[in-house]
Amino acid sequence: MTEKRELRVEKIRDGTVIDHITAGTALAVLRILGITGREGHIVSVLMNVPSRKLGRKDIVKIEGRELSPGEVDRIALVAPKATINIIRNFEVARKEPVKPPTTIIDVLKCQNVACITNSREPVKPIFKVEGEGENIALRCYYCGALMSREEILKQF
Amino acid sequence: MEFKGRDIISIRDFTREEIDYILRTAERIERMEASGEPLNLLSGKFLGIIFFEPSTRTRLSFEAAMKRMGGGVIGFGEPEMSSVKKGETLADTIRVVENYVDALVLRHPMEGSARLAADFARIPVINAGSGAEEHPTQALLDLYTIHKEKGRIDGLEIGVLGDLRYGRTVHSLAYALANYEVTLHLISPPELRMRREVLLDIEGKIRVEQAERVEEVIPRLDVLYVTRIQKERFPDPAEYERVRGAYKVDGGLLAKAKPDLIVMHPLPRVDEIAPEVDQTPHAVYFRQVRYGLITRMALLGLVMGAL
Repeated sequence: MTEKRELRVEKIRDGTVIDHITAGTALAVLRILGITGREGHIVSVLMNVPSRKLGRKDIVKIEGRELSPGEVDRIALVAPKATINIIRNFEVARKEPVKPPTTIIDVLKCQNVACITNSREPVKPIFKVEGEGENIALRCYYCGALMSREEILKQF
Repeated sequence: MEFKGRDIISIRDFTREEIDYILRTAERIERMEASGEPLNLLSGKFLGIIFFEPSTRTRLSFEAAMKRMGGGVIGFGEPEMSSVKKGETLADTIRVVENYVDALVLRHPMEGSARLAADFARIPVINAGSGAEEHPTQALLDLYTIHKEKGRIDGLEIGVLGDLRYGRTVHSLAYALANYEVTLHLISPPELRMRREVLLDIEGKIRVEQAERVEEVIPRLDVLYVTRIQKERFPDPAEYERVRGAYKVDGGLLAKAKPDLIVMHPLPRVDEIAPEVDQTPHAVYFRQVRYGLITRMALLGLVMGAL
């Protein structure tokens, strides 16, 4: 038991730990961050582990890479309660909750097939973030269509 | 209030104060028109009208509005004949045409097209219909019609009947009415209920009630806004066949209405309003066309800085 537990939560020396990820969305979080595993970093993914705060949660640990807040904030779209821990020499050097950005540019596609951004026009999809937490939604800047959290998740 | 250079893309970009200002400007134009003097407020200015969807009504209305203000018009309404057919993007078309004119009126089948055009153009862009999304000048002329015919907008019970899912005029009208103190009755077959994003936006701002049959609510209404079920907007023809002819406004229905109920329609109609209604005091849809001309004259004057 002890051995198993240690394996699961083994501390990393330097890098980023994303904690309190909504259970079951860790892989979507990795995709949002563009982490494929081919970058060479040691990446640990823990899914559906017991959590006092959330009941169950996912955790992602990326060794040897510090993620910047701007890079990470967009994961709030799928994991609004996530916290980012920057680890240096086994210690938490910085810890902050993710803050949803106000605008999302060129990450998601508008799911409205009639939206002009789904044609060959020279523009990137832009969304304004509305609501927060579980009720977060994106409104397409161009056509005004709304995308719910579930619909956002489907794209990752 | 400064409107010079402003785009008219979505009715949601406007506050109540701005909408009221546009309506007051329309009243000014109407008085000037009635005096019989030719209006030369836009003399020397040119309007580009580019329509990527067939339309005669809205095009004629804008063209008449510009010419009645003393300005000129250029444009096209047949994209099959133009560079668009050759594969040009909307962004490119806009950046070419804007060099010839002082303002642009755009109709395009895709949603968000007007916003895109406005971002690329240095001159004001007026959205004359972007797919099933919005038709803001129609909403403004609808408000002007209600204001003129009923003397007020606040306090009215307004029913919107028909295709609330694909009908862009009703989306813009619902957004516009959300600025006023009205009760909005959304009346449609279940398949054609109002879009979720519109409902989310207007609920909480005004009282919204939904009904499937107009007979249920007709005695309460001050305004009945009827729309056509637009066959061309349905992705699935079978869906269209299921809902066509789902409602009809006729003498029998109007016998249950308030005597001063007004019946509006963005036109063209097919068979959703019986011809017998035309002769009743309820029918205002042909006067609505005139109010549309006046409202568009006011808008053109405002965005080109002549008013």
